[in-house]
Amino acid sequence: MSCELTQSVLHGYIDGELDAARAADFERHLIACPQCTSALEAQETLRASIQQTGLYERAPAGFRRKLEEQYRAPAQVAPQVTPLPVLSRLRSSNWQWLAVAAGFFLVAVLSWRLIPGLTGNHSQTELASAIVDAHLRSLQPGHLVDVISTDQHTVKPWFDGKVDFAPPVRDLAGDGFPLQGGRLDVVKGHQVAVLVYGRRKHVINVFIWPTAQPDLKPQSGSQLGYNWVHWSKGGMEMCAVSDVNSPDLDVLRNLLSE
Amino acid sequence: MGAGVEGKDLDVLDSQERVRFEQLVLPHLDAAFNLARWILRGRNDAEDVAQEAMLRAFRFFRGFHGGDVRAWLLQIVRNSCYTWLEKNRPMELSTEFDEELYPQPGATPESLAIAGDNRERLTRALEALPPRSREVLVLRELEGCSYKEIAAITSMPIGTVMSALARARQRLERALTQPTPARSLEANREL
Repeated sequence: MSCELTQSVLHGYIDGELDAARAADFERHLIACPQCTSALEAQETLRASIQQTGLYERAPAGFRRKLEEQYRAPAQVAPQVTPLPVLSRLRSSNWQWLAVAAGFFLVAVLSWRLIPGLTGNHSQTELASAIVDAHLRSLQPGHLVDVISTDQHTVKPWFDGKVDFAPPVRDLAGDGFPLQGGRLDVVKGHQVAVLVYGRRKHVINVFIWPTAQPDLKPQSGSQLGYNWVHWSKGGMEMCAVSDVNSPDLDVLRNLLSE
Repeated sequence: MGAGVEGKDLDVLDSQERVRFEQLVLPHLDAAFNLARWILRGRNDAEDVAQEAMLRAFRFFRGFHGGDVRAWLLQIVRNSCYTWLEKNRPMELSTEFDEELYPQPGATPESLAIAGDNRERLTRALEALPPRSREVLVLRELEGCSYKEIAAITSMPIGTVMSALARARQRLERALTQPTPARSLEANREL
């Protein structure tokens, strides 16, 4: 009445896990065993039901983002005391923002870039290339943003405790520059805040750090096909870089300087 | 996590590892969630436990030296689920293999086709199974895992995967074609 193969080998056969010889044996057995034949049909029906009724449940929306936020959060706060070199027109290297929270992975990816003992003048071009490099790095998968949000009220507090200044965070979606998020980055050994804006399909990185110097008139240029504009206003120095055209960058600069 | 700023070499490795993690592991995020959802029988618990499992995977990723990344991840998810069940619903694990399976006349393909056509009824039947039967079915039928992968994920000897599946399918058949026992009503409290 009952066939023991129904409870065992039949399943290996359905699953395609029998070797050729055993599968052939089982097929010969099927011809003579109505019980296995019927059970095989039943199991195939059951399998079709399971696979066709949409039982597979995908992760909910936001699951990935939530996960990324957790593992990208700085693992620990490490004081980073870097002798700060001079950027652009600065003559001395006395920047005040010494203690910074170093994101575990950011330090990681960027530490090879730290050039120790840089003092003296640095041309605008050098700053620009450092920033274009940082822009390029940010475009690698997984590097663009540490905090993904279009909400300035999420991005702004995210920087609290990570940098010792408050970067001006504004969503400019209404002006065609939707905020995409923010991250920490290191440029020439300095920790900087970066705001990421979108412009059509392009990405614009705005690097921000504090300065004690008077306002700096905008200077712009291009390098490796990327346009940049560098300026400072009200104690914040900023450099925007992107592959969008420079009039677009100027529009953004004006909005950020308002 | 460990390394501080002085461990530069470690840190550099970590950034590369992170990119590798995102390329190799994150594509299996749905698989992780789906397995947790079926072992735990609920989306909310699954979301929490799958998040935690993914973070553990992230931390353990350094110890992953190639091979079947999905099986590696699902093993972590499964372990997290059982740890969670032990802590929160130990009863579900203790009533595991005590039911005697008897060779039964077998459901007809027709009755199974009718019963299995309904997503809700199928879900209820699957959820009424003991977790270890449910998981092998989910891995095999929804995730399409091979016996070898199922063995790796569940720490079961490969020789017993076939009989575990046979038993699970027989249980499912019965749950689908027989009147709903009290157990599956209890099992449905989360729905």
